[in-house]
Amino acid sequence: MGDLRYEAPETLEAAVALLTGANGRSRVFAGGTDVIVQMQSDLIEPELLVDIKKIPEVRRITAEKGGFRVGAAVTCMELTEHAAFCKAWPGVIDGVKLIGSIQVKGRATMGGNLCNASPAADSVPPLVASSVIATIAGPKGVRHAPVEKIPTGPGKTSLATGEIVTSFLFPPRPRHSGDAYQRFTPRTEMDIAVVGVGVNLSLDDRGTCIAARISLGAVAPTVLLVDEAARTLIGTRVDEAALEKLAKAASAACRPIDDKRGTKEYRIKVTGVLARRVAQQALERARQN
Amino acid sequence: MSKKIHVTTTVNGDACEFLCEPQQTLLDALRNELMLTGTKEGCSTGDCGACTVVFDGRLVTSCLVLAVEAEDKTVETIEGMAKGDRLHPLQRNFLEYNGAQCGICTPGILIAARALLERNPDPTESEVRYWLAGNLCRCTGYDKVIRSVLAAAKEMRGA
Repeated sequence: MGDLRYEAPETLEAAVALLTGANGRSRVFAGGTDVIVQMQSDLIEPELLVDIKKIPEVRRITAEKGGFRVGAAVTCMELTEHAAFCKAWPGVIDGVKLIGSIQVKGRATMGGNLCNASPAADSVPPLVASSVIATIAGPKGVRHAPVEKIPTGPGKTSLATGEIVTSFLFPPRPRHSGDAYQRFTPRTEMDIAVVGVGVNLSLDDRGTCIAARISLGAVAPTVLLVDEAARTLIGTRVDEAALEKLAKAASAACRPIDDKRGTKEYRIKVTGVLARRVAQQALERARQN
Repeated sequence: MSKKIHVTTTVNGDACEFLCEPQQTLLDALRNELMLTGTKEGCSTGDCGACTVVFDGRLVTSCLVLAVEAEDKTVETIEGMAKGDRLHPLQRNFLEYNGAQCGICTPGILIAARALLERNPDPTESEVRYWLAGNLCRCTGYDKVIRSVLAAAKEMRGA
């Protein structure tokens, strides 16, 4: 490993300036659970690590516009301990709780999970299903982008040099809304998704689905937002017929690879089964509020 | 080589300082700069939990923390668990119930189990198993570990 420099600036401006001036061989360092492993195995050889954890904006959870703003470097454990957030977004918490061990969750962040750009990242499908907007600081100022626009392929993002995802804005929660995320893995803990499904839906007072978003993980180069799947639920009471159509639409959207965790055929089949289960869980949650 | 960085930190309540390189992990600094070799190295990728410590109040794998991050923070390792000759109830129950065999995973498991019992003094067996999912043991088959933790919890509750 060559010379490495570590900086821990206290403002976003300073962090952006450091990253912008580093010729591209720099990394944002938050929880470090991916970056340190990648450095140790020589997958990346950065010249500069910019630790963003001393910047207040990326470390806090605040109420905003009737929803929540969650700093990109809030750890998974911190998020799971925030009672009001857990109540509003149980599906996001489903995903966050599946990221590694307690030890890893004590360090890992949603910002890191998103920017590491693994198609199997467990917090990303629920963020996508929840219409979350990422706030990004960069050399040209601040911009906002839907979470699904950030990863562009395994390990690749749409972020320009010097840009940092600083926080996530969760919209207000209408009544009768519920979200859920489940993944399929051979083991219950410490594993990587073969398939992951996020569902977020809202019902009217009569129990008819008036809004839905369905996201799929680990079945394409990026997490997918599948409008065709959402349309199978909207206008229905999420009954058996709708769930059957949802399963077909979810399976049809998959573009998976064969790998040690599962074959293409297996992933496509499991996606339909899981989409149905997750939609039922989201529905139960929506009926409870 | 990169220029060494001076780090001032608190380990097991004692102020201490060391020099490290930017890429050096907290695990490496504990073992090779501070000579606190109770924290073990297993996988170095955050999967096995052998290097578990409490860092800034949080349970972490010290292989996934950079040593430079310890500046002005607190670190709690296995060396701080017994008070002189008085073992922590977890340590005593691990002896009593044979919760350790080769011992490599034991310091990490003890630190993780203590963190659990501080949050939840009366965990179910299932809760203990899930909490310790990030601590691999290749000897015991886990049953003795779980029994040791449950026995320690009971003793600590005064039950």
